[in-house]
Amino acid sequence: MHAKRDPQPGRNIARALVKSRESAIFLALILLMTVIGIAAPNFLGTGNLYLVSRQISFVAIVALGELFVILTGGIDLSVGSVMALAGMGAAYAMTIGVPPPFAVLLGILVGLVMGAVNGVLVAYVGIAPFIVTLGMLSFASGLVLGLTKGWPITDVPASFLPIAQGAFLGLPIPVWIAAAIALLAHLALSTTAFGRRTYAIGGNEQATFLSGIDVKRIKFALYLIPAACSSIAGIILVARFNSAQADTGKGWELDAIAAAVIGGTSLAGGSGSVLGVLIGACIMGVIKNGLVLMRVSSYWQTAIIGIIIVLAAVLDRAKRRA
Amino acid sequence: MAVPLLEMRHVSRSFPGVRALDDVSFSVGPGEVVGLLGENGAGKSTLMKILAGVYRADAGEIVWDGKETAFRSIREAQEAGVTLIFQELNNCPNLKAIENLFLGREIFRGSSPFLDGAAMRRKALELFDYLDVRIDLDVEVRLLSTAVQQMIEIAKALLTNVRLLVMDEPTSSLTDRETSRLFKVIRDLKQRGISVVFISHKLSEVFEITDRVAVLRDGRNAGEVDAKTGTIEELINRMVGRDLGSRAARVGNVKPGPEMLRVEGLCGPPLVKDVSFTLRKGEILGFAGLIGAGRTEMARILFGAAKKTSGRVLLEGKEVRIGSPRDAVALGIAYLPEDRKVQALVLPMNVRENLTLAVHRGLRRFRAFLSRKKEEELTTTYVTSLRIRIATQEQVVNNLSGGNQQKVVIAKWLATLPRILILDEPTRGIDVAAKAEVHRIVSDLAAGGVSIILISSELPEVLALSDRVVVMHEGRVKTVLEKDQATQQTIMSAALVADGVVVRA
Repeated sequence: MHAKRDPQPGRNIARALVKSRESAIFLALILLMTVIGIAAPNFLGTGNLYLVSRQISFVAIVALGELFVILTGGIDLSVGSVMALAGMGAAYAMTIGVPPPFAVLLGILVGLVMGAVNGVLVAYVGIAPFIVTLGMLSFASGLVLGLTKGWPITDVPASFLPIAQGAFLGLPIPVWIAAAIALLAHLALSTTAFGRRTYAIGGNEQATFLSGIDVKRIKFALYLIPAACSSIAGIILVARFNSAQADTGKGWELDAIAAAVIGGTSLAGGSGSVLGVLIGACIMGVIKNGLVLMRVSSYWQTAIIGIIIVLAAVLDRAKRRA
Repeated sequence: MAVPLLEMRHVSRSFPGVRALDDVSFSVGPGEVVGLLGENGAGKSTLMKILAGVYRADAGEIVWDGKETAFRSIREAQEAGVTLIFQELNNCPNLKAIENLFLGREIFRGSSPFLDGAAMRRKALELFDYLDVRIDLDVEVRLLSTAVQQMIEIAKALLTNVRLLVMDEPTSSLTDRETSRLFKVIRDLKQRGISVVFISHKLSEVFEITDRVAVLRDGRNAGEVDAKTGTIEELINRMVGRDLGSRAARVGNVKPGPEMLRVEGLCGPPLVKDVSFTLRKGEILGFAGLIGAGRTEMARILFGAAKKTSGRVLLEGKEVRIGSPRDAVALGIAYLPEDRKVQALVLPMNVRENLTLAVHRGLRRFRAFLSRKKEEELTTTYVTSLRIRIATQEQVVNNLSGGNQQKVVIAKWLATLPRILILDEPTRGIDVAAKAEVHRIVSDLAAGGVSIILISSELPEVLALSDRVVVMHEGRVKTVLEKDQATQQTIMSAALVADGVVVRA
């Protein structure tokens, strides 16, 4: 029997959209925005949406990096402290006169070194990703605190600030950066051999290895991605606050993982998508902002986020059984 | 037949899109061993799962021990005396043999919450003594062979007050010797009045052990065959509803060409101790031996999936270094592993993605992107030539039947255009018709010049397909038999230890 060639690809895409996992969470996002929009009318104001979109883009960038390792059943807990380290590195380079573009590259390079260490330990030494990146979380944040003694670096050149504070076509620059990263991530995952192999490793690592694929090299490469993404996010955050703070990124690993899980990514590996992660990041950002606007105390906010994360996982589980 | 122990009458059950059972009746008498046969998807497992309370029947009735019943759970069925031993053994690999045995049925000290280790040990020894197997009770189950693990399952059933034991393909990963030990146990159970339902694809075994054989086809009764008077041909005709012709016959027996592979003194402890052989172009070289003889391990070393400690591998006369499966694939060596679900398929992925997994290099555009068009063309080619039955290429492989899954794995390797194809138990757990097709594919490949190493525990398969047969024993090549010397007897006598071991139970 031959695979059917669809004569109407347009209709096919529409059908796929309705049936996809992402459509359900997208619906949840719209519903959520409507409810919050009614409860707190200033939520839908352009000023507020502008700020929310910028906030979401930071989380989205980190979560997109996280997606790659989660797809293979791995995890990266060190993204938050790598953010701080890369931001600090870039800021320091600028204060000693390195031009901003080079300083940014330097910051990303610092992050990549940390990612490479994670990758070697996970792929070639064979230590559990949870432990390796938990160690890196502690090491990188300690490195930042040790080098700066906890002081922020504040004298960042003004020419650097627009990458967080500027706008293009009415949208904040970070949103454009996140969109570009999302597009690259989507292409990498859905059209390249590298992406196919990433899903294959998550689906059955042994079978992938026995298909003649260099699983270790791919796993190593995969740990560079969350490091690069969180470095980028960390560096943009420096521009956002005019300074590099030692405690930047604290707890962001949880937000990133939560965004991925809410977006339908399985922590067991093998399933998840860029679109899902983006929607997951939006849901997180919208809820956080909505709670602030509805004047819910920040103590309760964390509790509510916790409920949302578990609820998302439960719904996903129920949907898979059905 | 006297009053039956179990009678299932006019049972039907549908799943979304499939009528799995349609008006099926099945009965078992006390102390009777009944074979249940049918191709994959014929409804055997569904019927047994309805009996054991995993599923409920849509229609029909079950009479157990004279009373109409419908068990609501495996536990309830067990308490009434029905135990299922699944093909995939349900045990906790990290627990010791004795811990698995008493899992959920622990013996306590009086009414205290503390376990009575001594009592459990006594009971376990008594049981294994009865089953005539020696097991180290303190070894983790994952380290035990499948045969021993199965004995633990049977012992577990005997702990309950079992009256009907259902065994789903119990011999599919057993050697002949282990099988005869299992049969001895089944005969003992029968003596004690325990009934057995025996599901298997190995037809000769079914005749050997059962009293009669009930056949299912496409979810319906397809008659019964008396085990004493019936023939294998009769059984196959009932199962497939047509005449298959001769089984596993080698077509186009072409003379093998020049030497393709030479293996000298290959060692890889603990299981491969010293293996030497040669393989010619277009030859099918059978590998027979007991489980644990080192055949799979030898194949894994050749494919770069396990390390060798010494020995040489020469490909067309040149020594090659194979450090990983990647090296092997680059040299034109392919390996179909023995457990397709665990080692060969990415179950959540679709047919196209699985089929192209080993050939991404040839499907790339601009070095990185996969060409969807090339992927689809390649998939179509192999789906057609291997007659893989799928609705679309986007069908997830997890939902395919065993035979079609195996064909997808074969297609994956054929797409690499291998010079040497290593097949490890290529027909395990697939139905008769699919088996015949796999045999046809294998002989076509050899006729087309591919050199094949065929590892199989089914002697008829090895005998029918192989040009020569290598018999391995405890990590060494015991003998190499030419086609005209190879018989079940010569192979078995070479495969078994010489001193004091009886072949038949």
